[in-house]
Amino acid sequence: FSDFRMISLLTYTLKNLPNTSKWALRFCMRPLSSSSQLQAAAASQTKSKKTLAKPNIRNIVVVDGVRTPFLLSGTSYKDLMPHDLARAALSGLLHRTSVPKDVVDYIIFGTVIQEVKTSNVAREAALGAGFSDKTPAHTVTMACISSNQAMTTAVGLIASGQCDVVVAGGVELMSDIPIRHSRKMRKMMLDLNKAKTLAQRLSIISKFRLNFLSPELPAVSEFSTSETMGHSADRLAAAFAISREEQDEYALRSHSLAKKAQDEGLLSDVVPFKVPGRDTVTQDNGIRPSSLDQMAKLKPAFIKPYGTVTAANSSFLTDGASAVLIMAEEKALAMGYKPKAYLRDFMYVSQDPKDQLLLGPTYATPKVLEKAGLTMNDIDVFEFHEAFSGQILANLKAMDSDWFAQNYMGRKAKVGLPPLEKFNNWGGSLSLGHPFGATGCRLVMAAANRLRKEGGQYGLVAACAAGGQVFSICFTCVTDKTSYL
Amino acid sequence: RVGHDLAPEQQATNRNSVLKIINCEIRFLTGYICRSFTRSSALLTRTHINYGVRGDVAVIRINSPNSKVNTLSQELHSEFMEVMNEVWSSSQIRSAVLISTKPGCFIAGADLNMLNSCTTSQEVTQISQEAQKMFEKLEKSTKPVVAAINGSCLGGGLELAISCQYRIATKDKKTVLGSPEVLLGILPGAGATQRLPKMVGIPAAFDMMLTGRGIRADRAKKMGLVDQLVEPLGPGVKPPEERTIEYLEEVAITFAKGLADKKITPKRDKGLVEKLTSYALSIPFVRQQIYKKVEEKVRKQTKGLYPAPLKIIDVSLYPILQHLSCFFPLSRTFGELAMTKESKALMGLYRGQTQCKKNKFGAPQKEVKQLAVLGAGLMGAGIAQVSVDKGLQTILKDTTLPALGRGQQQVFKGLNDKVKKKTLTSFERDAMFSNLIGQLDYRGFEKADMVIEAVFEDLNLKHRVLKEAEAVIPDHCVFASNTSALPIGEIATVSKRPEKVIGMHYFSPVDKMQLLEIITTEKTSKDTTASAVDVGLRQGKVIIVVKDGPGFYTTRCLTPMMSEVIRILQEGVGPKKLDSLTTSFGFPVGAATLVDEVGVDVAKHVAENLGKEFGERFAGGSLEMLQQMISKGFLGRKSGKGFYIYQEGVKNKNLNSDMDSILASLKMPSQPDVSSDEDIQYRLVTRFVNEAILCLQEGVLATPTEGDIGAVFGLGFPPCLGGPFHFVDLYGAQKIVDRLRKYEAAYGKQFTPCQLLVDHANNPNKKFYQ
Repeated sequence: FSDFRMISLLTYTLKNLPNTSKWALRFCMRPLSSSSQLQAAAASQTKSKKTLAKPNIRNIVVVDGVRTPFLLSGTSYKDLMPHDLARAALSGLLHRTSVPKDVVDYIIFGTVIQEVKTSNVAREAALGAGFSDKTPAHTVTMACISSNQAMTTAVGLIASGQCDVVVAGGVELMSDIPIRHSRKMRKMMLDLNKAKTLAQRLSIISKFRLNFLSPELPAVSEFSTSETMGHSADRLAAAFAISREEQDEYALRSHSLAKKAQDEGLLSDVVPFKVPGRDTVTQDNGIRPSSLDQMAKLKPAFIKPYGTVTAANSSFLTDGASAVLIMAEEKALAMGYKPKAYLRDFMYVSQDPKDQLLLGPTYATPKVLEKAGLTMNDIDVFEFHEAFSGQILANLKAMDSDWFAQNYMGRKAKVGLPPLEKFNNWGGSLSLGHPFGATGCRLVMAAANRLRKEGGQYGLVAACAAGGQVFSICFTCVTDKTSYL
Repeated sequence: RVGHDLAPEQQATNRNSVLKIINCEIRFLTGYICRSFTRSSALLTRTHINYGVRGDVAVIRINSPNSKVNTLSQELHSEFMEVMNEVWSSSQIRSAVLISTKPGCFIAGADLNMLNSCTTSQEVTQISQEAQKMFEKLEKSTKPVVAAINGSCLGGGLELAISCQYRIATKDKKTVLGSPEVLLGILPGAGATQRLPKMVGIPAAFDMMLTGRGIRADRAKKMGLVDQLVEPLGPGVKPPEERTIEYLEEVAITFAKGLADKKITPKRDKGLVEKLTSYALSIPFVRQQIYKKVEEKVRKQTKGLYPAPLKIIDVSLYPILQHLSCFFPLSRTFGELAMTKESKALMGLYRGQTQCKKNKFGAPQKEVKQLAVLGAGLMGAGIAQVSVDKGLQTILKDTTLPALGRGQQQVFKGLNDKVKKKTLTSFERDAMFSNLIGQLDYRGFEKADMVIEAVFEDLNLKHRVLKEAEAVIPDHCVFASNTSALPIGEIATVSKRPEKVIGMHYFSPVDKMQLLEIITTEKTSKDTTASAVDVGLRQGKVIIVVKDGPGFYTTRCLTPMMSEVIRILQEGVGPKKLDSLTTSFGFPVGAATLVDEVGVDVAKHVAENLGKEFGERFAGGSLEMLQQMISKGFLGRKSGKGFYIYQEGVKNKNLNSDMDSILASLKMPSQPDVSSDEDIQYRLVTRFVNEAILCLQEGVLATPTEGDIGAVFGLGFPPCLGGPFHFVDLYGAQKIVDRLRKYEAAYGKQFTPCQLLVDHANNPNKKFYQ
């Protein structure tokens, strides 16, 4: 499973949003360069003002967000259950934001591989984290963009006036997965349950065969195509003629940037987690910058023996949870919060789950930009979900190709490349890890935190997911200069 | 609503249906002309092969000009030799990759025109020998050659590939490896008989060579026929097909390097079962027993009518007897086979089939996107199945929910059987099944581009549904009638727009039988015909287009033969004996069994109708027999009883002893001078053939080719005879006329040869196929 990343566009709304012409003017100030650019920018700003804050729709903000450290599966979280991790994220959020529990109207979590005992993991985690039992909670699933779906569900609830305060998050625990009895065995057990007499029971048992005992694992492959995601990524890389070396280099970049961000303390969304019976976990443990030589020694993981996707240039199985606090702007202001970002235009698109399974960001990025009335150049911070190096590089190549745009996207010209210096600067899923259900919130918080740190206005998040679906979102940074101060 | 069709059952075409596997197309003579005058500068102006060097790997790219496929023609052969000689003599080159840059085709086989233009077996022998020499050199090459296979790799193409040191194939649906020579009545003449058994084991090799079965890439990998697979790629920065071939080449180059550097070994790890099998087969006694068993089985199946399979078994023994280089005997057998009547007949069928897969009426003005089928019986559901699985949106309408449900289930089962055979995924099945909309009313018919009715064979009913449909369908919508005998002109009498009415006669079971007989009336417009042919081709059918008339072509040919069947039964020949006489003549299904399959009621209905139209020529047996059978409920397979008893799950069918009294009551004396086994066979066949030729004479048939294809693919006429017209050409019109005259003397007008046949007998130079 790989998620796609969300694209976040952050507009620097200097104050609030109600779009008076005053604000439009302020917008114009920002791009300082040449006059023609200025005009263009002015135009786009005017547009963005129109789209980014929509008339008659409430402004929705992310107050803050946290996540547990993301750990390699089978390490310190291995004895937990998913709701334990989710609870840790919720507690962390409560602690970070000091939001009164009874203010929260609703809780939504995303997850992919469901633990059967806690199929509504949102509710179990919320109760355990001490939220009011009067606060409803539900769980959503949309492969690797499940927590994105949780966030946009929250946006919908707030925008429609149903709620003011929603907690959205996601969790994944790959250390333990539900392995089932085979269908035949299950059927036999169910029949046995219903059998009333000994004779009936014996006759059912007599049908038992040894192969009934072979277990059934959760599918690792795409249901519609029976192809695993790594295999698809390898084919995608080949389709775009991306070499093994390029992929390894990109993976190394991700790990190096993540390491740097970790060392500099930039990953401020991470909250420590005291694991019962173990030490307190304080940081991600999958960040391992290696050398190209060492990476070159690995064998292909999916297409053997000549493929290019390896363990080193793929995201790894990860345990982790994340949560964000989303509010209607006026509610946040009334409560005295200084929100981090406005959640603006978002969209989901989907395409062929076979050959374009991981190519979604290429499709979603221009669409969400157009919806927001922005261009690639306006964006200050890109956070793309890194399922595989090859997938990121293929998307970059596709965005840079007129041929692809014309033949597959129905566009006249290419989408254009996001500048690499603005791209996943604090590492990505390849290095930080990728707990399927939790990555979406991490991407949004990374973008929001980067905007603050780097002083940008617009962020763009994009994430791909199994089933050929993609999520992308534009958002606007709320800066210290705003009236909230 | 069942089986209102005169088509024989599925096994009817077991043998000839394999013909469809051959994807190779007949190559036209285009390439030949250039060559003679470019010979001197052949080095610079190769037309079939382009060759370059990447590092120390030679990349040899094949792409024959002006053809959809690559075939092993003489020019390709000599250009390939030239290039290989350069590769072998160059010190810079250490290995080579052999690849085709033609989409969907590696090499589809030998150039059939080359074979057909040979007039003596010596010429064919020569061709085979040259190919063998080349492949042997290739096999012994010290510089490894990697065959990179994308698309069809058949016949000579496969023989070339298995002479290389390594094979990499794309896992594409179009990539098929096979030895279809047997289907053309010849044998693999360039080494497959020797190399295949070594490579994939004797059982698998015989299976490939004796059935002509095409092997898909993933199975080929499991069998050891290819060493690596490459997945087809999706969109990138160029068209997927183009990039896939490029990628295949890149992968092949790395393997070629690896082989040259001895980092990769071409040997394959064999599984335990495989090892045991090959050990067992290394014991001469076991091997001989297996050959004997295979031969017995082949003899039983071919009834001695097809020489090629036995010869394939024979020549496969050569390497074991003499070890290697048994060029000459093998090539000589190849040459001899190519000259047999059977081979000529089969090759003729193959060419005919290719022709009947083209739309000579051109593209229709409006492509059919929405189809509607009236009647969810066996035929209707079958038509729906072959439409939805090609992505055609189809409405299936019936009048009652149970009838509709049965039809929907039939479609689902047809698709699901493919899932069980792993030719479809369950997901693909679901997507196809969602193209089917079952309903009881005419909702949505206003958007239909074509309606095919498959309701019961009753003129009034057909009139009613036509009127009902015409009340809702748009102006451009074609109304096609699936009927085996009702004249289309009569159905069209109630139509407001007879130019849009056409006949589409499918054969049961629709998903197995390849033939579609399209019937045009004088009023049918050309665009309507083009549209019907287009839909038929999309449904994967082989199509003949005939003129309207009682029984059209297929039913009309079959009916006099059926009449003779009844007479022969009345004369005291038992159903079992009759079946064995007909199958040993080459019919896939015995004549008595055929009546059971068709349905006794249907047979009687048709016989009566056509009897009225054609009078004495269609007489012979007494319809009373069919009438009595119907009154006793012996309707054939569908009612469980006919001449035989049919039981679910029982393989060997027994004679229906209750038929004895019926047969006894209608017994007629036989005429000894026309009742030998051979006479009985010829009485059946000559009536069939005579009627077919009359159809051509009367213009019901446009071409002899369509007559042959219709007879073989629709009615199971012996494929080894090539269809009625090939049969007359190959066996001589005079001999057939002589037979007919002899039977005419005994039975009268039913055997009077038609004028066209007499013309051919009078002039030995006159042939249906020049």
